[in-house]
Amino acid sequence: MTAAFKPKHQRLVLVVLALVAILAAGALAAWALKNQASYFYIPSEIVAKPPAADRSVRLGGMVKAGSLKTAPDGVTMHFVVEDGKGEVPVTFAGIAPDLFKEGSGVVAEGRMIGGAFVADNLLAKHDENYVPRELQDMSKQQVRQTVAETQ
Amino acid sequence: MIAEFGLASLWLAASLAALQLIAAWFGQRADGEVLARLVRPAAVIQAMLCGLAFLMLLWVFARTDLSVLLVAENSHSDKPMIFKIAGAWGNHEGSMLLWVAIMALAGGLIALIEHRLPEKTMLATLGAQAFVGLGFYAFLLFASNPFARISPAPAEGNGLNPLLQDIGLAMHPPTLYMGYVGLSIAFSFAVGALLTRNVTPEFARVMRPWILGAWIFLTLGITAGSYWAYYELGWGGWWFWDPVENASLMPWLAATALLHSASVLASRDALRTWTIMLGVIAFSMSMIGTFLVRSGILTSVHAFAVDPTRGTFILALLAINIGGALALFVVRAGTIAEGERFAPLSREGALVINNVALSAVLGVVLLGTLYPLVTEAFGVRVSVGPPYFNPVSAAFVFPMLLVLAVGPLLRWRRDRLARIRPAVIAIAAAGLAVLLAMWLIAGLALFPLLGVSLAAVVAVAAFLPLRGRSLARLPLPVWGMAIAHFGVAVALFGMSVDSAFTVEKLTAANVGDTVAVGPWRVRLAAVEPVAGPNWTALQARLDASYKGGAGQLLAPQSRTFWAPPQTTSESALLTRWNGQLYTVVGGATADGRWQLRLWWKPFVTFIWFGGVLIGLGGLLALVGRVSVDVRRRVATRKIAARRAEAAR
Repeated sequence: MTAAFKPKHQRLVLVVLALVAILAAGALAAWALKNQASYFYIPSEIVAKPPAADRSVRLGGMVKAGSLKTAPDGVTMHFVVEDGKGEVPVTFAGIAPDLFKEGSGVVAEGRMIGGAFVADNLLAKHDENYVPRELQDMSKQQVRQTVAETQ
Repeated sequence: MIAEFGLASLWLAASLAALQLIAAWFGQRADGEVLARLVRPAAVIQAMLCGLAFLMLLWVFARTDLSVLLVAENSHSDKPMIFKIAGAWGNHEGSMLLWVAIMALAGGLIALIEHRLPEKTMLATLGAQAFVGLGFYAFLLFASNPFARISPAPAEGNGLNPLLQDIGLAMHPPTLYMGYVGLSIAFSFAVGALLTRNVTPEFARVMRPWILGAWIFLTLGITAGSYWAYYELGWGGWWFWDPVENASLMPWLAATALLHSASVLASRDALRTWTIMLGVIAFSMSMIGTFLVRSGILTSVHAFAVDPTRGTFILALLAINIGGALALFVVRAGTIAEGERFAPLSREGALVINNVALSAVLGVVLLGTLYPLVTEAFGVRVSVGPPYFNPVSAAFVFPMLLVLAVGPLLRWRRDRLARIRPAVIAIAAAGLAVLLAMWLIAGLALFPLLGVSLAAVVAVAAFLPLRGRSLARLPLPVWGMAIAHFGVAVALFGMSVDSAFTVEKLTAANVGDTVAVGPWRVRLAAVEPVAGPNWTALQARLDASYKGGAGQLLAPQSRTFWAPPQTTSESALLTRWNGQLYTVVGGATADGRWQLRLWWKPFVTFIWFGGVLIGLGGLLALVGRVSVDVRRRVATRKIAARRAEAAR
């Protein structure tokens, strides 16, 4: 075949090229989503079935009352996140969001390393209109339910 | 009274849109001449009425008329005037009115000035514009009335989300909306062309300035939004792959592809159906973005209110507009004749690869953005972030940048590799030199390494098409292309260097302590309370010195607003030509120290300089295209006048 296509062939070639690229993008995206999407866990789940240490996940629950301790460096925090059925220790180095406090809800982004959760980022309630999606559900259903169960 | 006046204008504008649609529909018939003449005036008057409604909304916000529900819910009499006015679009209803107003203005403008296309195609285009507009009018009037009253009026308003009380807010949404909604013109032109089976190079030339205009606003809007997130959110990041950011990126990707394919159609009469398809897709992405952002299906600072009926309404609009346009495309695409042919190694060939790669990135971003919504329907909650988006989009962007370097060197129609070999060797040498230097000296990781090398490749290649041409006589659009492509290189350089060389320091310091971060020494001089018009703050005074130089003052704050009650971190930045020092102050520790978070970000500002350069390139191209059009128009008018004189 010569470099110049017949008109009919050219359109066909372009369509095939576009389809191949879109399919390749789709396949690559699907494969990457399977491996890279970070799943949402509550403490009892993450303790029962901890994800691999190289996998970034989200953890949502309540900050256990009396568990929040700041390390001597002044910026590393240790606290426990619970859901009534299970609890998991969390480490976070950074400036905590303003509405982060004991007894309130939190979603932490990070990894499960050796039985403890190492958070890169904490999402807490910013204001009435801005609640992390997972936290919204947590505070409404699970948290109330789990708190009721523990009492 | 003012609110009722605004509402009445809005209703009148909506009925004119209905008139515009009906007149455009029946005006297509042989006996529809009278109706056809109504279409353009209807579009212009609709634009004026809708603009008037928006001015009325600005007025009630400026006066803080608390008997208007929207003002009571979103404003406060203590706010500075600029934020009172900007607050008009810092909420769901007001921003939708802004959307509709811009859309009506764009439609009015094409009705007023565009006379190059066959009148039937213009009628169909204006009809399509009215059809899309009507859906959004209905959404405003039935589901999001911005002028609703509240009785009794409250004594004071609820205030505006403090995160939004920033000068960035005054400019960011209008800029982005001009881009989003400007693409509706491309959509309407595409539908008009399909309906009247009229896809010609002229059509692409008419459409191109509109795409360029929308694309410039999108580029600048995204750039500004990224900078705003960078300094306002206080996380030191400039792009989070947040669904809301993706919602603005996706139309930009589609518009960028459309811009390039429209230039193929305009210059070479090829890629006809593909250009039409992209015209439909670009505005569809704007609408999908609006749906994601405004429906409350995603939670973010942009989702003002969670209201399922609104989400359903926008979803229905989306299905009708996109589904209708795609169905029309499927029915009519086959009847559009094949355009001119070209060899694989040609300017067209390179632009096809550009288009395919941009579409692939668009697909990747769209899938990643929608994936959490899909899995949630099956009860699995996931979030998709940088670990997905960065590598997968880079897999398509990096090869595309190589084609970007070579494509502008190629001739239209067909070219020989031998002709461009010296230029390709020069480009490759620049890239390899940077690659080796960075690898050996700095030992960069893979992505920053590739990024910096490709930035060098693109930067060198951007100006190669100017070689051997008279710079003074070079058409503006060619300058525009070179500058925009150079902007891509500058932004890529900023991104790569920022990710490779950023130094971070997180510590708790006593007043008087000095903290080192990169080449900086930062002394915590004092922490003091300060007060603003509607907030109080703890402000740290930092004395920063670069490599032992003179001290410069930074004052990051931890601010507390009282309406609504909320605390935000106000970062403080110190900009040098070679980077930024970024500082955030947190709370006090139990032993009286202050949490400080400091970053030294080398060349981070290049990211936004690059964005501005890309927009500037677009602006030059736009000015070039429009001035040629104007000159041509003046010339034809002169010829016509002379002919009339001769005939007399």
